Amino acid sequence: MNAPATIRTTIGRIDDIPREGARMVRAGPMEIAIFRTVADEIYAIDNRCPHRGGPLSEGIVHGGFVTCPLHNWVIDLKTGLAQGADEGCVRTIATYVDADGRLSLDLPVSIAANVAA
Amino acid sequence: MTEKLVVIGNGMASGRALEHLFESAPGRYQVTVFSAEPRVNYNRILLSPVLSGEKTFDEIVTHPEAWYDQHEVTLVRGQTITTIDRTRKIVETADGVVAPYDKLLIATGSSPIMIPVPGKDLPGVIAYRDLDDVDRMLAAAEKGGRAVVIGGGLLGLEAAAGLKMRGMDVTVIHLAATLMERQLDPAAGYLLEQEMRRRGIDVVTRANTKAIHGDGHVQALELEDGTRIDCDLVVMAVGIRPHAALAKSAGLDVNRGVVVDDRMLTSDPDILAVGECVEHRGQCYGLVAPLYEMAKVVAATLSNAEAEYTGSVTSTKLKVTGVDLFSAGDFAEAKDREEIVFRDAARGVYKRIVLKDNKILGAVLYGETSDGGYFFDLLRQEADVAADRDTLIFGRSFAGGAPLDPTAAVAALPDSAEICGCNGVCKGAIVEAIGAKGVTDLDGVRAHTKASASCGSCTGLVEQVLALTLGDAFEAKAVTPMCTCTDLSHADVRRLIVVRRLKSIPALMQELEWKSSCGCARCRPALNYYMIATWPDEAADDYRSRFVNERVHANIQKDGTYSVVPRMWGGVTTAAELRAIADVADKFAIPTVKVTGGQRIDLLGVRKEDLPAVWADLNDAGMVSGHAYAKGVRTVKTCVGTDWCRFGTQDSTGLGVKLEKAMWGSWTPAKVKMAVSGCPRNCAEATCKDFGVICTDAGYELHFAGAAGLDIKGTEVLCRVKTEQEAIDHGIALLQLYREQGFYLERIYKWAKRVGMDEIRRRIAEDETGRTALVERFLHSQKLFQTDPWAERVAGHDAHEFAPLVTIPAMEAAE
Repeated sequence: MNAPATIRTTIGRIDDIPREGARMVRAGPMEIAIFRTVADEIYAIDNRCPHRGGPLSEGIVHGGFVTCPLHNWVIDLKTGLAQGADEGCVRTIATYVDADGRLSLDLPVSIAANVAA
Repeated sequence: MTEKLVVIGNGMASGRALEHLFESAPGRYQVTVFSAEPRVNYNRILLSPVLSGEKTFDEIVTHPEAWYDQHEVTLVRGQTITTIDRTRKIVETADGVVAPYDKLLIATGSSPIMIPVPGKDLPGVIAYRDLDDVDRMLAAAEKGGRAVVIGGGLLGLEAAAGLKMRGMDVTVIHLAATLMERQLDPAAGYLLEQEMRRRGIDVVTRANTKAIHGDGHVQALELEDGTRIDCDLVVMAVGIRPHAALAKSAGLDVNRGVVVDDRMLTSDPDILAVGECVEHRGQCYGLVAPLYEMAKVVAATLSNAEAEYTGSVTSTKLKVTGVDLFSAGDFAEAKDREEIVFRDAARGVYKRIVLKDNKILGAVLYGETSDGGYFFDLLRQEADVAADRDTLIFGRSFAGGAPLDPTAAVAALPDSAEICGCNGVCKGAIVEAIGAKGVTDLDGVRAHTKASASCGSCTGLVEQVLALTLGDAFEAKAVTPMCTCTDLSHADVRRLIVVRRLKSIPALMQELEWKSSCGCARCRPALNYYMIATWPDEAADDYRSRFVNERVHANIQKDGTYSVVPRMWGGVTTAAELRAIADVADKFAIPTVKVTGGQRIDLLGVRKEDLPAVWADLNDAGMVSGHAYAKGVRTVKTCVGTDWCRFGTQDSTGLGVKLEKAMWGSWTPAKVKMAVSGCPRNCAEATCKDFGVICTDAGYELHFAGAAGLDIKGTEVLCRVKTEQEAIDHGIALLQLYREQGFYLERIYKWAKRVGMDEIRRRIAEDETGRTALVERFLHSQKLFQTDPWAERVAGHDAHEFAPLVTIPAMEAAE
């Protein structure tokens, strides 16, 4: 099966996200959480905890993990996997930062087409 | 008839002797103890951790009041015996208190040597001997400035390190060429000196004090070579002298100390002596292990059992956190002696073993001391080490086939191996206690064997013996760590933040050796609270360590929307405020408006993007954040009091408003809810709150530590006061004490249970000076923190929190 077609789409700059913090990108029906770690790594995952749908972009970021604000599930930002005894997985989305600090994501074609508008 | 035993001196040696006596001959003696100090018996060798702030006094008490009661010991405090009348068999104090004895135990200890230089009696010149000295040092450290410690021995260096940790500049003056020259050879002394300098402690060796100068208080110290060191405190730690004057005046044999035989009897067969005041076979001891060995023999002699004290071989450890140093035996060079030396400069490790006829005479270890006990065992057993000579210096791990796992190393130890040096407890005794007494934890081992009960440095070894003997049945958790990022408890962390002056989360994680790089969602919010509560002026609030509710100043709901609760002082509102709230609900299509349990109005279902605009409208109507989302001061609930109620005795509404206006905006370990009722009918339900006030005709009855949530608990009465201002001040002082002592997420009732209701009453109700200081600290913090977070965010603060990074619209329907 082929993965859905995506287009790399610029969404802002790395400095728009506070270090050890997150922002939310609203892309059509999707909400995507973009994280910046203390080491300036950028990760994007669905803004929905696999437990009860909590907004992960509102959680405390520690190392490469975020803790969901609703019930303290801990999600690995790299893999989207829930940690510890909890079982679940969040979709991860590839991110890119260019030399000028521009930040882009691979968004599904259907959504990315609207960016310029 | 029971015999009368009188003990002169309430120190570690006599305390231990009595413990052994009550075990071997319970009820035989009616015991009276005379103590020159006005307190119960404590562990003197742990004064240094108290000075540095790593322990509290309560933690080093060895015999609490209950122990004296249990054994029916009469403790006469603050009284010094001046006369022993051996013909009438009585002792007498300076105040004329007389006690007859059948047996007398002299345990007068030692006194610090004060070197006879001009100025030695100036205020600010002290010794380092008891808790009073520690208190004096702490008082001096609070003012800052420089301390000079005379004496670079064990005690002097511990004092220097403690004073440095308390924030003073410190200089150590030492007569010999290297530090601790009686316990260390010059090479190890040099490494120690480097370590002291690295900590910012100045060290002057080969230095002799000529005079201490000062006008009414010490101001400077002058050395023989003319060097002048300005200072505010001088600590003399040059040594101790057995306190034998009393015994001498009674006509007992005294040389340097009170002379005793192998049964610990003095020249009078009804009088025994023990501890640092004693001279045995020409030796006087100043370390704890020999005193404990003597104590055993004293108890045996008093219960007519056979026992002999034949002298002690001693070992030394320096109790300065982060300095690993061990020495034992005799390590002077001589023609018939050989030595084995190992150095690793990169790691700062130095080891030296002195041998004679293939037996260990002495050992000095610096930087890596895990084999100290192994060498000390070989030394005391006078074991022949010829076979292992080549690898001896690498220690037990090499000899035993490299057991890198510490548990395996402990498993390999013979039963005769000493685990606890202070109390002379070997591995076999601990294993036996576990088997015979059913001991399952560290406290049990301490209670039955005394291992790890003194300086505590063998705690890890004892835990390994427990683990080996009990297998899976043993759980090592002596303290509950804050989270998996650390082994330290909340109590440890709060104390170390103060003592080590840690003022940022990264600094704390480095200094306290956090095991994760950036902490976790459990420790970070706690650390952030501890920082801003401890250092309101200096620590920056780290919003990344705050739970979302405290970042966006609203309560997150299950669907990701927020609830907004404006403050209504004391639960009082106006038509204009209600109108504004109604308008906001309409304008932003807020689905639910509800009255809360704390007499406020809650707007539920607000979209995050709308929060700043909602707040702007509420601000315009004069309302500020109600902090309904905060680990902070929430609400003061009130009844209508004398304004309206026919039973009201005071203006309860007015007091509630005043309390809330004084306290709002402060962060606390967990949420704080209060109430003021205008009469004992208690319509505001003040008796289940964190802090509550019941007004009466006579004034105000103050309550605290109630709960009506997960737990239900009625309040305790704090005290009764006459005026409204007193009620407010007591409430503020209570809140500040809780802010300073509470663990993160620990509500007031749990904190009060942990530290004790009476202790809190004492601090708030009885100690007026302390209360005033608490109020001042709170008001100072409020100057910095009492701002409306909503208004700040309406003005643009943290704007990124409230808007998506980008919004990409959905495809047109045409697609």
